[in-house]
Amino acid sequence: MSAVLSSRRHLVRWAGAALLGLATVALSAPARAQTLTVSAAASLTNVLRELAPKFEAARPGVKLQFNFAASGVLIQQIAQGAPVDVFISADEETMARGIEQKLLDAGSRRDIAANQVVLVVPKEGAPKVGALADLGTAAVQRIALGKLASVPAGRYARQSLEKARLWTALEPKGVFADSVRQVLDYVARGEVDAGFVYATDAAVMADKVRVVMRVEGHDPVRYPAALVAEGRQKALAGDFLGFLLGTQAQAALARAGFGRP
Amino acid sequence: MIDLSALLSGPGAAPLWLSLRVAGVATLLAWLAGMALGWLVARTRLPGRGLLEALCMLPLVLPPTVIGYGLLLLMGRRSRIGGWLREHFDYSIVFSWHGAVLASTVVALPLVLKSASAAFAGVDRTLEAAACTLGQSRWAVFVRVTLPLAAPGILAGTLLAFARAMGEFGASLMVAGSIPGRTQTLSMAIYDAVQAGDDDTAAALVLITSALSVAVLLLSNRLFGRSA
Repeated sequence: MSAVLSSRRHLVRWAGAALLGLATVALSAPARAQTLTVSAAASLTNVLRELAPKFEAARPGVKLQFNFAASGVLIQQIAQGAPVDVFISADEETMARGIEQKLLDAGSRRDIAANQVVLVVPKEGAPKVGALADLGTAAVQRIALGKLASVPAGRYARQSLEKARLWTALEPKGVFADSVRQVLDYVARGEVDAGFVYATDAAVMADKVRVVMRVEGHDPVRYPAALVAEGRQKALAGDFLGFLLGTQAQAALARAGFGRP
Repeated sequence: MIDLSALLSGPGAAPLWLSLRVAGVATLLAWLAGMALGWLVARTRLPGRGLLEALCMLPLVLPPTVIGYGLLLLMGRRSRIGGWLREHFDYSIVFSWHGAVLASTVVALPLVLKSASAAFAGVDRTLEAAACTLGQSRWAVFVRVTLPLAAPGILAGTLLAFARAMGEFGASLMVAGSIPGRTQTLSMAIYDAVQAGDDDTAAALVLITSALSVAVLLLSNRLFGRSA
């Protein structure tokens, strides 16, 4: 009996300590470093992560925080008041929407890079695909592309397929992903037979996906960047835009396969 | 003001019917499996039944993303099961509404299982024994005595399971994706509408979902009193 009681008392003590620990973590003051938040198109994930330490090294006390997702999702978050300083889109359309809604500083807008849409298939076990028209064969059951409403890469792909007069036939095979990186993941896992991503995405997973062809017939893929109108650190945010256009960042973008702006 | 009837025949129709279909089938499967497992746990001395129960209860405490990822690893094209199904039947559960049913069943199962095992455990054994002495077979005792006595508890759990299946999002999104007209359920359509900034559609879909949920809760209160 007393053994049961004492073990229960132990348990209560442990639970109390755990709760106290949680409360301490929850209430502790945030670090004092100056944080710059950048919402960027998912396709920029690797290259921006690689560049972050270089920007931070030149400005002690500054920390970069990234938020990667589909451009349409990011602008929506900003519209709802997300505390973001810099927005980098993967297409003109989303950028124009942000400027039109006065969410972004129109004057700060700069193109920082360009890209190319490619058709990829899983490296292993993929059906034979050599051209867009091959996507219509019965062997190809599922084609991944970004959600048309929020993912620029999905819209570029639709544009090309419409131009090739294939969209109506292929749409039923479409599996629509949250971002271009999810398309890449679906193809890499072999859950779909083909997908539309950027050349730079395909390069990130070169061991798992194979590039069939460059896809033409869509608007040029450019990455416009701009300061968020409600950002609190315009000067620092402006510095970051300048950094992205500088030689160091442009060299890293080129290495990753991005084109010149 | 949102015109509900216009929405029900427009963009809300397909997600609503799909949600009802997915949740309906998932609830049926969870009901059958939950009852069988509840019986095993409450009324048998099967070795390892505690572990089995704990495994089946896991979806209640695990993040939906873990369930989704687990199901992908288990049933995806590159997995043993998924690969076998694809090779022999040219069938794949991923990115089809069956995938959403699977995910919803897995997350709804604990709710039926828990209430069923409690209900079976609460059945008065002397009534079963009496039925036995009156010459009823074991199956007849189960169907005519045990099941009716346990029914309220099982039904309450099943209704909750239906509500949970209707609200399933994370695991289903990972397994079935959100393909308009095919795997896009109500909760996914809301997610997509919000992401795309289509607030009118989102609000209308939220209204539909809320109305359905309230209806389920009211039904449950009506059937089982305030305590259910």
